[in-house]
Order: sequence, then structure tokens, then C-alpha cells
Amino acid sequence: MPESLITVSYLGAAALFILALGGLKDNVSARRGNLYGIIGMTIAILITVIAFVSKNHNLLIVVMIAGGVIGFVLSLRVKMTQMPELVAILHSLVGLAAVLIGYANFMDPGVELVGVEKTIHQIEIFIGVCIGALTFTGSVIAYGKLSAIISGRPLMLPARHWLNLALFIGVIVVGTRFVGAESHTDALLMLIVMTAIAMVFGVHMVAAIGGADMPVVISMLNSYSGWAAAATGFMLSNDLLIVTGALVGSSGAILSYIMCRAMNRNFISVIAGGFGTSGSSSAGAAEGYEGEVQTIDIAETAHLLNNASEVMVVPGYGMAMAQAQHAVSEIAKILKAKGVNVRFGIHPVAGRMPGHMNVLLAEAHVPYDIVFEMDEVNDDFPSIDVSLIIGANDTVNPSAQDDEDSPIAGMPVLEVWNSETTIVLKRGMAAGYAGVDNPLFVKENTRMLFGDAKESLDLLIKAI
Amino acid sequence: MKIGVPKEIHIDEKRVATTPDVTEKLIKLGFEVIVESGAGAGANFSDSLYEAAGASIGKNAKSTWAVSDLVLKVRPPEQNLELNKHEIDLMPNGCLLISFLWPAQNESMLKRLAQHNATALSMDSIPRISRAQKLDALSSMANIGGYRAVIEASSYFGRFFSGQITAAGKVDPAKVMVIGAGVAGLAAIGTAKSLGAIVRAFDTRPEVKDQIQSMDAEFLELEFEEDGSGEGGYAKVMSKEFIDAEMALFAEQAKEVDIIITTALIPGKPAPKLITKEMVDSMRDGSVIVDLAAEQGGNCELTVAGKVVKKHGVYIVGYTDLPSRLATQSSQLYATNIYNLIEEMCPAKDGNIEIDMENTVVRGATVVNSGEITWPPPPIAVSAARKPSFGGQAVSVEPEPVKPVTPPSAVTKVAKSAWIPMIIGASALFGLGLVAPPSFMAHFTVFVLSCFIGYMVIWNVSPSLHTPLMSITNAISSIIILGAVTQLSSDNPIIMYLSAFAIFITSINIIGGFSVTQRMLQMFKG
Repeated sequence: MPESLITVSYLGAAALFILALGGLKDNVSARRGNLYGIIGMTIAILITVIAFVSKNHNLLIVVMIAGGVIGFVLSLRVKMTQMPELVAILHSLVGLAAVLIGYANFMDPGVELVGVEKTIHQIEIFIGVCIGALTFTGSVIAYGKLSAIISGRPLMLPARHWLNLALFIGVIVVGTRFVGAESHTDALLMLIVMTAIAMVFGVHMVAAIGGADMPVVISMLNSYSGWAAAATGFMLSNDLLIVTGALVGSSGAILSYIMCRAMNRNFISVIAGGFGTSGSSSAGAAEGYEGEVQTIDIAETAHLLNNASEVMVVPGYGMAMAQAQHAVSEIAKILKAKGVNVRFGIHPVAGRMPGHMNVLLAEAHVPYDIVFEMDEVNDDFPSIDVSLIIGANDTVNPSAQDDEDSPIAGMPVLEVWNSETTIVLKRGMAAGYAGVDNPLFVKENTRMLFGDAKESLDLLIKAI
Repeated sequence: MKIGVPKEIHIDEKRVATTPDVTEKLIKLGFEVIVESGAGAGANFSDSLYEAAGASIGKNAKSTWAVSDLVLKVRPPEQNLELNKHEIDLMPNGCLLISFLWPAQNESMLKRLAQHNATALSMDSIPRISRAQKLDALSSMANIGGYRAVIEASSYFGRFFSGQITAAGKVDPAKVMVIGAGVAGLAAIGTAKSLGAIVRAFDTRPEVKDQIQSMDAEFLELEFEEDGSGEGGYAKVMSKEFIDAEMALFAEQAKEVDIIITTALIPGKPAPKLITKEMVDSMRDGSVIVDLAAEQGGNCELTVAGKVVKKHGVYIVGYTDLPSRLATQSSQLYATNIYNLIEEMCPAKDGNIEIDMENTVVRGATVVNSGEITWPPPPIAVSAARKPSFGGQAVSVEPEPVKPVTPPSAVTKVAKSAWIPMIIGASALFGLGLVAPPSFMAHFTVFVLSCFIGYMVIWNVSPSLHTPLMSITNAISSIIILGAVTQLSSDNPIIMYLSAFAIFITSINIIGGFSVTQRMLQMFKG
């Protein structure tokens, strides 16, 4: 097969991948985009198989079908509320694959390289395996935190910054020895040691990040899986991998940036671990409550909603946990039929990953034209009659604006207290993920509707 | 303890100090309740409703007072003309009394209560702090007064409040001016707005400007520097220059507006005169003035307390019992305020009252304690940082804790600086340019350009599709499968199995990623 045919096919695949991502600018073009991505991937794999696979075809078919079936079944069975966990585990697979391919390529580079080219190749292997390894373990830990197998609280080892530094230096040192290694076995040993160090680094890095920062972590790991692919591309001199890796890497990086901005946190400080602007673990330094909460019951809530003309629903992760998105959708539908203008206001970091709330609401058949981003609706609150807060806490905390010492100071929040009445659905008075008191609850125009969100909403459906 | 609720004997007082709903709650707290027959009639609460709630009915005033340990009233005790006895004399010795008492204006009554060995709490002396908002009867009554003022105005006013375009011609909206933006003023503004009028409001305290504007009313500003905020969120007496400017503003407005609602009061002093005869004269015939300060002398020179008079073609409403005119509502709110005070003093829920003089709220409200006059209470320390404001937002009393300041750690400080990554990046590029072979540079070029493409494409992605973005990028990053495919045909079995395994896991990603993306995008179809 002529080389140029392969190159052209890769070029076509790259173009299709770019179109696939570009298609996500709105719902209509998005599905077409997904199709482009599938076509691109198919072309690339087919050409590669035809050009490079001379034997072991059966093995190839078996593993591809096995993997494909598992992936397909997983995709159908996963609950939308578990999307963050799924994404985390999938990232880990990309990382692991990068490590394995790195090793395979190290053992048999295909061409003999000498001099500078050899050094560069070794470095490429080194970077690819390194990033792949820490993406692998980091994603596994992220999966653990998201599925509550591991505690969400950040693991704050003493001198953890020094530990990270030591690991980083260790990787550099071992990497240098790997690149300069005389014999193959020496180099292999260094590679294995370096892989181990990178894995420990991945574990430590993600373990030290608090559960509240998960959206940033997942975006970051998404980014790393891209850089791992790009590094593998350098290693294999494969431009398609480089292009794709760069696309995915930038995607993850931009999402991480958006998440950090939405939490008003510096990316470095998130990665450096812990929760809090100066690494302090005290969450109680903010002003405490003054005043008492006022409660409301289902009947009064229904009454308020029925008589409202403008309602804004602000969902948070609590809604997902209570599996209440279908009940919310039902209520929105009933109210809209009565002529109430119901809108949803989504905070960028609501949920455990970017866009999570949107997916949950879409799954519950909430029409996407009434789902808005925070920036689109934050100025509208003064004209809203009733704000319904379901399972959101830190994203509607006025301390972010009023209290400079709060751990969440400066974070953009939805200004629900400007509406006529705010109703908060909450199980109890426990603090949110940030562990910060929320003065919203004691504001004069706020009423608490205690109880499990789903149960309360089901009762509310009957009442309105 | 037995709670007694007599019928109010003050002329035209239709309110009652407890309602059937609140009676039920009092009984749950452990009290017995006796209500004088007909006490709730003026507020549309019949005896049978009280009985159904668990109260017993007292035959008459004398018998009701006589059996009570705690008496709840609306108006201060006065001379009962029918029995020719003062209500205080009807109290058993050592009895408790909760009512509006106006201790500043009723010193002799306080003395009389003391002589009677009574304990009295005044609902108008509750401290204005956050946690006492639910006991604040002054605010709940003022809220009703403001609302009712607009209703009275509309019943005397000859036109619509809201503007309309009808086949029979255009109807102009009414213009309403509210003087004083306290609880009553704000309630009046809200009611007038909801009836569709154009509303303007004035207050000597500049901090209420936001509150007024948030209700979509115009804040009338004086070109003046003086701040009218006084102690405890009330207004204070202003300087002569300010008053002159104020009066000029009112005079100008009087010519324009149809309805004026005035609520200006100064604690302990007669109400300031803000609407002069000349201003009334300058108003159009058929205009209405509602003077909520009538009982304290009135803000308008021509107000006659307790009556509606027509002077210079203008109706001047001087009713002093606006809450009483909405007796059902005001009794319910007042009864709840009292209930909250009783709940504060009955923590054990056992039907016994504890007068805890350490409790700020109870201390403020208690004017006579077991025969000893305890009014006025010691002033409450107000934290200097918070500015007190009237009506709604109350003053915070609890001192603020000292917050420790921790300096940012050195490592994060260095890392946060943007220069470090830039310097590292520049040196790396430089080093690269020195040593790298052309083949590498070709790939590097592709890489850099792809990053730019990625940057631009991804910013265009709709935020609502970020989750599908992550799943699709995950799927396409599994293009890494190509690396494994090329190695699959190796002679080295280790390499073959490594590659096979890598193909296996990336296949999961590819199929799974595209499939779950498709599934999510289907949901967005709507």
C-alpha cells in the first residue's frame, strides 16, 4: 500500500475528527458530528489494519469484538448520574493503553535510530509512558472518589508538596538515566521504575484533591489522556495521533480552565491539593449563621408555584443523588401548561463534571430551550417570583460575594436571593461539599422545604 | 398555666389577641386557654371555632380575667365603662400580661401594674434583632397598615389606579406618593404597585433607596447631604435646611400626585408636619391623603384623627385603626407574634412561663416584673460594622469571631506566578530549536498547529454539551489504538500480547465512547 494513501487516509480522519468536535456547537449539528467521528475512526483503523497487520488477524478480531461488546454494553447500561464515573474509568484505559504501547514500542522500535534521533525517541517514549501512567492511576482514584469507594476528602499528607517535588525530580532523574542507558536491560529497568513513580504521582495528585474539585480533576485527566496520545504520536511518528492528541488535550485544558474560573480557584492551587485558597483546611472561618431558618410545607410551596408567573429552578448535584430529575421535569411540565414561565439555571460546576446537569435534565426530557447557563440568567433573578433550589448549596451561597474570608469567596454564584421567594429543598441542615455555612438559608425571603428531594417533589406534583 | 383572652373594650377595636389556629398551638405547648365569649367576633372568629380548637369560653370579662394566670391583649388595659372598673383591677394578683403597652406614653399605667404585683410584657418593646423578627408585632401591624392605607385610598379615590386603553378612551394611571419607607411605607408601595399605580417614595434615610427601587418605585431624592438615619433604624429629627428642602419637594409633588400616603413617625415625639394647608389646597379635587401618623398628631395639618374629612376638595383619611379594619388578618399575625414570644419563654413546653432576664428578647419586652418596673431595658450593644436598617433587615447583636490569617504557602505562591511557566516554555523551545532533527520539527509543527485548532474549536462548544464533549474526546483519543495495531504482527510474543491487550482496552473506549455520546445526544433532541 503506497505510503501516501495511508497519509491521505489519516488526513481525512483528522479532518473528520475536527468536524466531529466542531459539530458540538449546538444540538442539531452534534449528532452529525458524532457520525463524522465514527467514520474517521473507522477509516483510520481499517487503513492501518490493511497496511500493517500481516498476521494474527484472528487475535485482532477477537480482542476488538470483545472490547467493543463490553464498551457497547457499558454505554447502554450506565446511568446518566454515573457519567462522571464512566468518563473517569475510560480515561484510565487510554492512559494504560499509552503505557502498554510505549513499552511495546520501546522493545521493538521498528527502525534503528541513532544519535539525536534516538535520544528524542527515548524522550518521547518516556513522556508518553509517564503521562499515560499518571493518567491511568489518577483516573482510577478519580473513579474511586466519584463512586464513593474512596473518601471525597482530600488526602493531605504532611509535606505533600515536598513529596510531589521529590516524585517529580525522581522521574526526571530516572528519565535521564533511561535516555542515556547503555544496555537495553538497563533502560528497561529505568522505564519500569519511572512508570512506578509516575503511577504513585498520579495516585497522590488526585487523592490530594478534594471531592468538590472533581469537575476540574476529570477535565484535567481528559486533557492528560490527550497529551498521552500526542506523545505516543511523536513516538510512532504518526501525525494523526499527534493531531488528535492535541485536540483532546486542548479540549480538556479549556474545560479545566472553565471549571476553575467557575469556582474562582487557581488551577495550580487546585492541583496542589486540598480545598481552600491558602491550603488551609478550616472551612469554618466564614461568618456563622445569624437568625433562624423558616420552613415551608408542600401545600404552601404548591400555592406559591401556582401563583407565580416566573419560576427558576436551580438544580445541584443533590438532585442527581436523589434521582429527582424526572420529578423536576414533571413539575416543570405541569407548571408550563398552567402558563408559568419555568426556566432552569445551571451553574458551570453544578454536578461532578462539566455539563453534567444538562445531561441529567435532557435525560428527564426537560426541553433544552428552557435550560440556561448561569451567565445567561443571573441578572433575571429580581424578576423571578419563585426560585426553587434543589440539591444545590455552594453554587447559591451569598458568602461567595459578601464574605471575603469564606473558602468560596469570589466564586461566581447564582443570585437566587434576589428573587421574590426562594425555596430550598434539602434533606437537613448539613453543610454542602465545601463544608461552608450558607447564609442563604436564613435570609428573610428564603423558606426551607426539608425532606428527600425526590419525595418532596413527588408530593409537590400531586399538590399543584 | 391558664391563658385568658378577653374581648377588647377599646372603641372600634376589632382585633383579638389569639385565633383558633394559635389556640391549638398554645394548647400543644401545655397551656389551657379561655377566651371571653364574643372576643373574636370582630375578627370573624366565632366562639365555636375557639371551642373546636380546644379553648373554653368565658362567660364575661370579669370571669375570664379572674381565672387567668396570663392575659393576652391587643390594646393596653383601660377603664371598663360597663363594669366601672379598670381592667388592671380585674387582674388576679401576680398575673402576667402580654399586650401592646406603649410604656413610654403610659407611665401611670406601669405604676398601677407594679402596684398590682403583676408581670407585664409589651409587644411594642421587643428588641429589633434578627432572631426576634418572628415576634415583631410592630412590623406585622405596620405591614397591614400600609396595605390597608392603599385600600382605603382607593375606595375614596374616584378613578382607577392602573392605566388602561379602552374603547371609551384612555385611562391615566394614578400617581401615588408614599412618605416614609419603613414597614408600612414599603407595604403601601407594594400594594399600590400591584394595583397598577405609578409610585414615588421619599425617606430621610438614603439606605432605603435600593429597597424602594427594587419595588419598581421612584425614589425622590433631595439634593442634600444630610443622612436621616438615627438610632435603631428609625429616622431622626432633621436640620431646618433639610426640612425646608423636604417641604419644597412635597409642595412640588402635591401639585402632581393624586394620592399621598404618609407614614413619618419619630419615636417619643409628635409626628412631623409634612403636608401643609397650602399643599392640600394645591392638590386636584378628588385627591386622597391617607395619614398613618394620625394617632401621633398626623403628618398633615388638616388631619382629624379617627375620621375622614374633605378639605379643599381633598379627602383626608385619619383612621387610627387600620390594622383593626383588617382584623382577621391582623389578629392572626398578632396572635402568632405573641405565640412566638410565649414559645420563647416556655422552652420546656410544659405550660409554664419563665421570665429569663438574661434573654435579650424577654428582657427588652418585660416592662414590669413581679411588681417591679423594669422599663426601660439596658441598651443592646450593636456591632459597629453593620448599619442598622428599619423594616425587615434587623440589627445583628452577636459579636463577630476573630478570624486567623494564614499566609499562602511559599510553593503555591511561586507556582502561581505566570512568569515561571513562560520562562520554562521559552527555554524549552530554545533548547529544542538547537538540537532537534528536522523529522521531529515536522511533527512538532503539526502539534502546535493542532493545539491552536483545538483551542478555537473547543471554545465554540455549547456548555450544555460539555459532557458529550468529554465522552467523544475520550473516544477519539483512543486513536492510540493505531499504535497497538502496528505492533500486533510482531514476532516477539510479549509485544504481541501487549498490543492485543492495548487493542482490547481501546476498543472498549472507542465503541463505548461513541455509543454513550450518541445516547446522550439523542436525549438532547428534546
